[in-house]
Amino acid sequence: MRHEAYLYLTMLAFFGLVAVIYWFTSIEDSGTIMLAASALLGFLPGSYFLWWSRRMRPRPEDRKDASIPDGAGVIDSFPGSSIWPFVLGMGLALVVLALIFGIWTAVPGGALIASAIIGVTVESRRGGTV
Amino acid sequence: MTIQQERVEVLLPEEHPHHAEPTGLLKWMTSTDHKVIGKNYLYTSIAMFLLAGLMALVMRSQLVEPDNTLVSFQQYNELFTMHGSLMLYLFAGPFAFGGLANFIIPLQVGAPDMAFPRLNALSYWLYLSGCIIMLGGFFTTGGAADFGWVSYAPLSEATNSPGAGPDMWILAILLTGFSAIFTAVNLITTIFYLRAPGMTMFRMPIFTWGMLVTGILILLAFPVLSAAMVMLFADRHFGTHIFTVQGGGVPVLWQNLFWFFGHPEVYILALPYFGVVTEILPVFSKKPVFGYKGMVFATIAIAGLSTSVWAHHMFTTGVVLLPFFSLMSYLIAVPTGIKFFNWIGTMWRGHLSFKTPMLFAIGFLIVFLTGGLSGILLASPPIDFAVHDTYFVVAHFHQVLVGTAVFAGFGGFYYWYPKMTGRMMREPLGKAHFWTLMVGFWLTYVPMYALGLIGMPRREATYPAGLGWTLWNQISTVGAFLMGASFIFWLVNIWISWRNPIPAGSDPWEYGQSLEWFTTSPPPHHNYNKLPPIRSERPTWDYYHPEAPKVERNGKQVIPALVGASSGSPDASNGPGAAGNGRSGGGSNPPEGHEDGGPS
Amino acid sequence: MDPKGKVRLSSTLYLTFLAARFSFVTAEPEDLTVPSERGSARNSAISKPHRSRGALALAALVGAGVLLAGCNLPAYGAHHGSTTQGHDTFKLWQGDVTAAIVVGLIVYGLIFWSVFRYRRKRSDNSMPRQFHDHPKLEIVYTIIPLIMVLVIFYFAVLTENNVDAVSSHPDLTVKVTAFQWGWKFHYLGKGVEVIGNTQHYPQMVLPVDQPVKIILVSADVVHGFYVPKFDFSRYAQPGVVNLFDLNVRHVGVYRGQCSEFCGLYHSEMIFSVKAIPDSQFPAWLAQARTTSPSHLLPGAPVTPVPPNVTPRLSTQVP
Ligand code: HEM
Ligand SMILES: [Cu+2]
Ligand SMILES: [Cu+2]
Repeated sequence: MRHEAYLYLTMLAFFGLVAVIYWFTSIEDSGTIMLAASALLGFLPGSYFLWWSRRMRPRPEDRKDASIPDGAGVIDSFPGSSIWPFVLGMGLALVVLALIFGIWTAVPGGALIASAIIGVTVESRRGGTV
Repeated sequence: MTIQQERVEVLLPEEHPHHAEPTGLLKWMTSTDHKVIGKNYLYTSIAMFLLAGLMALVMRSQLVEPDNTLVSFQQYNELFTMHGSLMLYLFAGPFAFGGLANFIIPLQVGAPDMAFPRLNALSYWLYLSGCIIMLGGFFTTGGAADFGWVSYAPLSEATNSPGAGPDMWILAILLTGFSAIFTAVNLITTIFYLRAPGMTMFRMPIFTWGMLVTGILILLAFPVLSAAMVMLFADRHFGTHIFTVQGGGVPVLWQNLFWFFGHPEVYILALPYFGVVTEILPVFSKKPVFGYKGMVFATIAIAGLSTSVWAHHMFTTGVVLLPFFSLMSYLIAVPTGIKFFNWIGTMWRGHLSFKTPMLFAIGFLIVFLTGGLSGILLASPPIDFAVHDTYFVVAHFHQVLVGTAVFAGFGGFYYWYPKMTGRMMREPLGKAHFWTLMVGFWLTYVPMYALGLIGMPRREATYPAGLGWTLWNQISTVGAFLMGASFIFWLVNIWISWRNPIPAGSDPWEYGQSLEWFTTSPPPHHNYNKLPPIRSERPTWDYYHPEAPKVERNGKQVIPALVGASSGSPDASNGPGAAGNGRSGGGSNPPEGHEDGGPS
Repeated sequence: MDPKGKVRLSSTLYLTFLAARFSFVTAEPEDLTVPSERGSARNSAISKPHRSRGALALAALVGAGVLLAGCNLPAYGAHHGSTTQGHDTFKLWQGDVTAAIVVGLIVYGLIFWSVFRYRRKRSDNSMPRQFHDHPKLEIVYTIIPLIMVLVIFYFAVLTENNVDAVSSHPDLTVKVTAFQWGWKFHYLGKGVEVIGNTQHYPQMVLPVDQPVKIILVSADVVHGFYVPKFDFSRYAQPGVVNLFDLNVRHVGVYRGQCSEFCGLYHSEMIFSVKAIPDSQFPAWLAQARTTSPSHLLPGAPVTPVPPNVTPRLSTQVP
């Protein structure tokens, strides 16, 4: 976890520094804001990882001497195949198209999105099938 | 069905019970397996590449002689816009982070799948609908978007570019932008949370590192692009005036926003391919990556700097801080140089075998170097004043992009195709592909440098005779058709491997180093039935090549190269199948003097 | 605030920063010059720069040698720069390309050497030595490129300040307005205006060897004022007023073209600059006043003119 945290905190430091330099040399707003926002993007996950890295034992993947059995057991649960991402994707595309071609594509689009949300929820409760 | 994926210690005797998966079209639509999605991404993005390539050939045919009327001005403008957009938004990026990375990263870190499989599938569907919508622009009455892939406001505003085509372009970028963000989140999470035991951050293959950093860059850059697109759309339809002077807006803001995305984007397109090359070179040199940590830090440095150089695309606007952006741009040359020397160091004194992937990787080095050097010239504001928006720049970015996305990209394709399909590609056809591409490449782009220097602006639908431009343009067109023809070899190659398969073993290149070469080709559902002990950044190599000499760090031999099978190790006699077999496995008792790529 | 002023101010700040940091220069940043680079009369009043010794060695050794030899280096395909500004750029170009070629040769040499020297023999199944890293070597090839780019950067800033320098009391100021799809050249205070479009390419007549101040604006979208032989281009943007000087060195006609894509007839947005001897310029002005706007050259006959071009000329151009 430590190195993950450092990666993001490096971002915080670097973009923070660049944002300050940029602000004082260029006096230009948009770039400064984007640089500062980039620094924040480093801060949020970085501080989270750092916080955790100090409160937990190193995971097997953080340890250089870990052997494969050290990580044996449940890794995570992975959903099997599912039609809902497809439905959701098509729904989003239709809703977006409504911005150009008028509201009529938003109706089926909205319906698809709604069914996808319900579908995913139900699927996850049942343990998931197609 | 949801699978509680367990990390198993021994080779599973039989298949998982959940293999009643759908097949055919339904599989394509419903799969959440990163391997299937990765392949979908690959094939879709390559289709986009071929389409955009055809557009390029039409453009080159138009430019073959002065005052040509093969296509109209309007059509030419649509063609270069769509060529650029397809190549950058729909091919080069998705090919890397949607295709190669999606397939390879979970394998390389030893994960059963991506962290969010359904989100991964959603990314693909958003990307696919983005592709369709963007191409759909051609079928609207006003034609497709015609303001260049950078869509500078106020040219892209409704008054100057009315019609549904440009709107569809904007929304397609939004959709694919979100798909990229989702993929980035997915990749980063996978890399942070699903690594195999012992796979510390500093043992990850450089390709994984490249993708991790690319993921972070995507998170930095794409939200800005999406925001800019939303603003542009609002300007066009909802009466805002963010980018129009008439309404008190600031047109230059568009350029700042766009390039704050645009330059990191260039490295989003480059870092994964740097990674691909860093995978290929060591395997075909039978050596470890030279300067592993230098590579990692160079990758991070490039990413950081690349986000602070955006306005080097705006030198000629007259409203940016020239020295700042010039200096930052120059500084990028330093980590890139480190990478180059490390690549050379990787080949140095190796035993190089020139299989197709290796040829493409070396092709990348050769092509990208000239592109990079001309980039250093462009980082100097006065020189940029002289050649900005001319064919010099077109030549520069094609050298860089073709070097990465085409040479390294297709090198990666040749390299991992056996892993993805379990079939080999044919060497002679691959070599024919490489050499035609290489010759065509120089014929296409060297004349463009010359054209730019004598003053031919880019995005020109046609040009008058008598300026000395004709001959150069003709050479360039011949080269472009050669490049196009080279892909026929590639298609034939795929066709043959499909009709007449030669099975690829788990490690078809014999000296595979990273984890993916340990599992079968194609990998089983959830990727690994067994894992080797991970003691360095090349676990597969350590496992299969105990005979290799010791690794030398800083001139001293420190690591016994063979791990888990070294003479003193308990399971040396058990053979490969016993990797990590139980707690007595070689992994848990590292031989003395063990060291790895990680910082202590 | 005037955006232009902002930029000048910032680059000044920047150079001061550099000067303090590396003690390259102690002169006023605006006045930085490479002695032999400086032939033009317009800067004769500028004091010679003083440099500290250590930095002198560095700068002189690595970069100046290249730059000072600039006159004898090949042109590498570029125009020589028909303005004094463009000529400065050209010399920088010569130096930079030379450096790039040297670096390129070295790196290509290393690549091809490894490719040809270390190819695996057919029967050879032995293993090569497994070098993993070599920190000292890596540091060396970090430091050397770093020094090189800093030197190149230094010269880029010098040239940039020359190219961007704007004279305070120019004899002639021309306001250039770019529009879809044509150009308007307004000789401020002289009562002459030249307008052209895709059918009639306009020509800007300038006196030679005189600093001419150009005010560059756009009436609609982003355009690019680009004269290849001047080795120079600049965007014409809505909402931005760009200032720069042109100091044409030789009599002649120079083709120019819009460089930034600006819509349908972007490739027909052609103009030219004609430099005439200073002595003939008043006569030209007088004659232009009576016959204006007749200083239009015939455009490309094949080009269809979009319906909205001609009315724009009379009504919409500011
Ligand atoms: C088959 C080889 C290729 C050929 C012959 C080719 C040719 C061209 C041509 C003729 C143009 C238009 C230049 C102009 O009118 O200004 C162009 C523009 C462009 N190309 Fe390519 N190209 C090729 C491959 C690629 C690749 C692989 C990429 C990126 C991965 C790419 C990215 C672009 C971009 C970004 C533009 C600029 C579009 C714009 O101006 O908005 N091209 N290319
Ligand atoms: Cu850039
Ligand atoms: Cu234009």
